[in-house]
Amino acid sequence: MSIEFSEVSFSYHKGTPLEKKALREISFSLAPGEWKAVVGHTGSGKSTLAQLCNALLLPEGGRIEKDSRNYADMDKRELRLLRREVGLVFQYPEQQFFAETVEEEIAFAPKNWGVSPEELPRKVREVLEKVGFPRELRSRSPFALSGGQKRRVAVASVLAGEPEYLVLDEPTTGLDAKGKRELLLLLDSLRHRGMGILHITHDLDVALSWCDKILVLHQGESVARGTPREILDHLTECPVRGLVLPPVAELSSLLRQRGVSLPLTNDIREILDFYGGSP
Amino acid sequence: MKFLNHLTLGQYIPLDSFVHRLDPRCKILGVLCFMTGAFVVKDPRFFLFWGGILLACALLSKLSLGILLRGARPILLLVLFTVVLHLFFSEGTPLWSWGIFRITREGIVGASRMGLRLLFLVIFAGYLTLTTSPMELADGIESLFSPFRRFGFPAHEMAMMMTIALRFIPTLLDETDRIMKAQLARGANLEGGGILRRLRAFVPVLVPLFLIVFQRAEDLAVAMDARCYTGGKGRSRMYPLNWTVRDTGALAFSFLVLVLSFSLERGIL
Repeated sequence: MSIEFSEVSFSYHKGTPLEKKALREISFSLAPGEWKAVVGHTGSGKSTLAQLCNALLLPEGGRIEKDSRNYADMDKRELRLLRREVGLVFQYPEQQFFAETVEEEIAFAPKNWGVSPEELPRKVREVLEKVGFPRELRSRSPFALSGGQKRRVAVASVLAGEPEYLVLDEPTTGLDAKGKRELLLLLDSLRHRGMGILHITHDLDVALSWCDKILVLHQGESVARGTPREILDHLTECPVRGLVLPPVAELSSLLRQRGVSLPLTNDIREILDFYGGSP
Repeated sequence: MKFLNHLTLGQYIPLDSFVHRLDPRCKILGVLCFMTGAFVVKDPRFFLFWGGILLACALLSKLSLGILLRGARPILLLVLFTVVLHLFFSEGTPLWSWGIFRITREGIVGASRMGLRLLFLVIFAGYLTLTTSPMELADGIESLFSPFRRFGFPAHEMAMMMTIALRFIPTLLDETDRIMKAQLARGANLEGGGILRRLRAFVPVLVPLFLIVFQRAEDLAVAMDARCYTGGKGRSRMYPLNWTVRDTGALAFSFLVLVLSFSLERGIL
């Protein structure tokens, strides 16, 4: 049970002078209950990777499998089913809103997947509860919500299809600190309920402090992979252009360079512990 | 899966070639010459001559012939329709008939002529946009139309509108593509079904697209205002158009080709 990428490559505008290689031989896997981050800066191929996950794009080389079924061998019906099983939240997902009320917006996906009209209101209610959306705002227009709430409705509208895996492209971009934290807590709770999450981001800080595993992309190539601790080690040894260490990690790295024997970490509590100042 | 990819095929391909460096005014007038020339030719055999011109165009612009020909793909259906109409419904010497259908010698000649004409027209029009950036194109048109300003023709405004429209076509196509994919990811079924069902299925694509368009238009208006844009009067240019000997040569050549096709047609040569 997992999604497997094996040596996946992809190019845009194949066969024209504008041809651009977006991904080169990327391999990784995503298991249920795992929260994996794909980190890279603009143009590293992150968004392409997101669209490959649910077969909106098909790879040019290599294979992508879910539960040992190759995407390339699937027919139209199976691909549709796949898009239900692997939910994809696009960047700025609130831009796809079209319905008049939040409930209607959320009902879109389950309706498309053939949930019966009798069951629909219950499904919508469940999802809204799961993402912690205030009850009284349910019949508002989705366009009239705050940024954080819009994003939450957008994620809920994908969750309403009851996916096994969730792929999110830059889900925290453009949110304020509170909205961002709430969304990350939501993802954390989804992960604990067994959902596999692929979190695409340029925010190294988020990846280091929240995710189980990290894959670092640079210009379409995978340059590092591992646990946050391993990635932190790797990035201090050989920095990747465009990826800046978050302040706490930078501080611990600089202190170590000056001979302080504290651990390399992105967790401020670990630094406090080292100095015996943890409350 | 790629949606809407074919629509962007007429887009500018930035290369460094003789044709790319020509003055846009020269290219616009030259392409007009070519299009007129391709239209006056009646004898299908003379299209061989136009094929040669096309080949030369491809070589001079460093674009592959395949890319030029692909520009005609959107109107292939129209061409096919025209050809079929001409083929089966022309008067003349019958060569073959079946029921109400019959193919005449004149029909074959007429069909190939109309088909080739349409193809060449579209290919040459595409050649202009493939080798000229939207910005240059608008500058060229503005400059060509500026003599009519004295009759109240808004040359600058027209060029500015064109620039903006052309500039945003690829952007909006990308947006449409993205929204379509986002709705597909939520299980939208954008294919199949009757016309009405299909139109209904597109509401979730069109509503967000309209919102984005309005938002963008507003942002653009504010940005232009903020930089004190007041229209064409007294506005100078970042890249002034520069007519050189090469342009005169290229235009003279295009004009010669036009005259040549006239003469071929009239049997002067």
